[in-house]
Amino acid sequence: MIELNQFLIVSALLFTIGVIGIFLNRKNVIIILMSIEIILLSVNINLVAFSYFLADLTGQIFSLFVLTVAAAEAAIGLAILVIYNRNAGNIEIEKISALKG
Amino acid sequence: MNSLYFLLPEIFIFIMSVILLMTGLFVKKIKIINYIAILSIVIAVVIILNQSFQSILQNSFIIDEFSKIFKVMILIGSAASLVMFFSSKEDQHINLYEFPILILFSTIGMMVMVSSNDLLLMFIGLELQSLGLYVLAALNRNSLLSSEAGIKYFILGALSSGLLLFGISYIYGFTGNTNFNLIAVNYSEDSLGLIIGIVFVCSGLAFKVSAVPFHMWTPDVYQGAPTPITGFFALAPKIAAMGLLVRFLLNSFGEIYIDWQQILIFISIASMLFAAVAAIAQTNIKRLMAYSSIGHIGYALIGVACVSPEGIKSLTVYLMIYLIMNISVFAFILTMKRNDEYFEQISDMSGLYKNHPLSAIMISLMMFSLAGIPPLAGFFGKFYIFMAAVESNMFVLAIIGIIASVIGAFYYLRIVKVIYFDEPQTSYDGVSIKSLAVLFYPTSLLVVIFCFYPLPLLKIAETASNSFF
Repeated sequence: MIELNQFLIVSALLFTIGVIGIFLNRKNVIIILMSIEIILLSVNINLVAFSYFLADLTGQIFSLFVLTVAAAEAAIGLAILVIYNRNAGNIEIEKISALKG
Repeated sequence: MNSLYFLLPEIFIFIMSVILLMTGLFVKKIKIINYIAILSIVIAVVIILNQSFQSILQNSFIIDEFSKIFKVMILIGSAASLVMFFSSKEDQHINLYEFPILILFSTIGMMVMVSSNDLLLMFIGLELQSLGLYVLAALNRNSLLSSEAGIKYFILGALSSGLLLFGISYIYGFTGNTNFNLIAVNYSEDSLGLIIGIVFVCSGLAFKVSAVPFHMWTPDVYQGAPTPITGFFALAPKIAAMGLLVRFLLNSFGEIYIDWQQILIFISIASMLFAAVAAIAQTNIKRLMAYSSIGHIGYALIGVACVSPEGIKSLTVYLMIYLIMNISVFAFILTMKRNDEYFEQISDMSGLYKNHPLSAIMISLMMFSLAGIPPLAGFFGKFYIFMAAVESNMFVLAIIGIIASVIGAFYYLRIVKVIYFDEPQTSYDGVSIKSLAVLFYPTSLLVVIFCFYPLPLLKIAETASNSFF
């Protein structure tokens, strides 16, 4: 039997990987999108695990909403990325620096 | 089914925006669509003012004085940015019919946010708002700056949603409920998981209000986004996120405020001091307004950190005054335009006193008000906030706030100096643009006459605090 703690550890690890992926990655914006997706999925693991151990359905319904929103967010993120690529000619993170001060 | 009747303002705006989305394909005149969008916002305000107090959908959606006042403020902010949109010409590449529609969609999200009394509803409202805002920031498709602002806002916004969700999952897991009132009944006080949840949700919301450890996106997005949209960013989403923060913290964790009060005290001190110091070196007026809004959010957070009726009252007054002042300033920024080209540098403001004497006086008064110099409205906003802090025995917070506002006065007064004492330039189109005059003069007047008639606003704000205490 897998304990609640183990689920929480896995999702916390995934969450950390996602956050670190956003901050350490210096090459490509697509990787940031993937990291965001990992973060949202780690939250889903949390929600489903809690929902199972609390014997309460709310968490699973919540995770469906999260999945939907994640899909919408990815679509918008890619659209903005395409626009940016058209204007700047690349999507390297280090070169996203026209705005600063 | 009956409860849907109480969602009427949200449903009405939603239906209107879908209708506009379809008519927008066929109607070539974007002005008409914008007029209808403004009209539907006005109608929504009327509906909201006539609603009775309710909590519907199993107590997950609350209509009370607080949510009413915040919704009206949000709608005023959205309407103001739609009016600003009239002034943008086709050459600015944002003359798209999507503009009013996206604003309407994110306005619905904000209205849901301030009414939500449930973690699920709060998340949905927040996402509905953010998804609209991401697209709005990148609306100028042909500009590198705008698309960069969009990409930065998207990445940091999505990260903040992730933090918020992670916190939500912990709060749900350790209380077994998503409803704020049920959470308040069910938590156990020494649960570490719950504290983790509160911290994550607070940091997610701090991203949305752009309080200091999470403010990085604000200056870039403000500078890069087209000016009417920058105005929208400054006006509506901050107020909505602040309302959500207040309801989330007070309704679900009002009893254990010791745990989250210190977080708020820290971010408010950090925001006030950071904004006061960092804004000094800015040369771009939109960037400066970004730092100014970070600072103002810092002051407003004092009101939340007080956890008292006076705190909520002063927060509401502060946000109202903030809204009025920002409408005026952003309308003014849009008037700095010559031959359809916008000017955004602070040095471009020189010579205004000669070319546009009246608006020079008005904008100087507005800067004094933002700096918090009596007898203008901005002073009273800060005054009530500091009074509330003193009444809650948070003298340190009040003193640091006063110091920060003295430092902050420098960069506002520098603008006045540039307007009156620097080498004059050729004149701008000025507030001859009708849609901007409609915004600029009444709001400037309101800021000036607030000291004579403060009572109406104070009374409204007082009722807002009754929703919680």
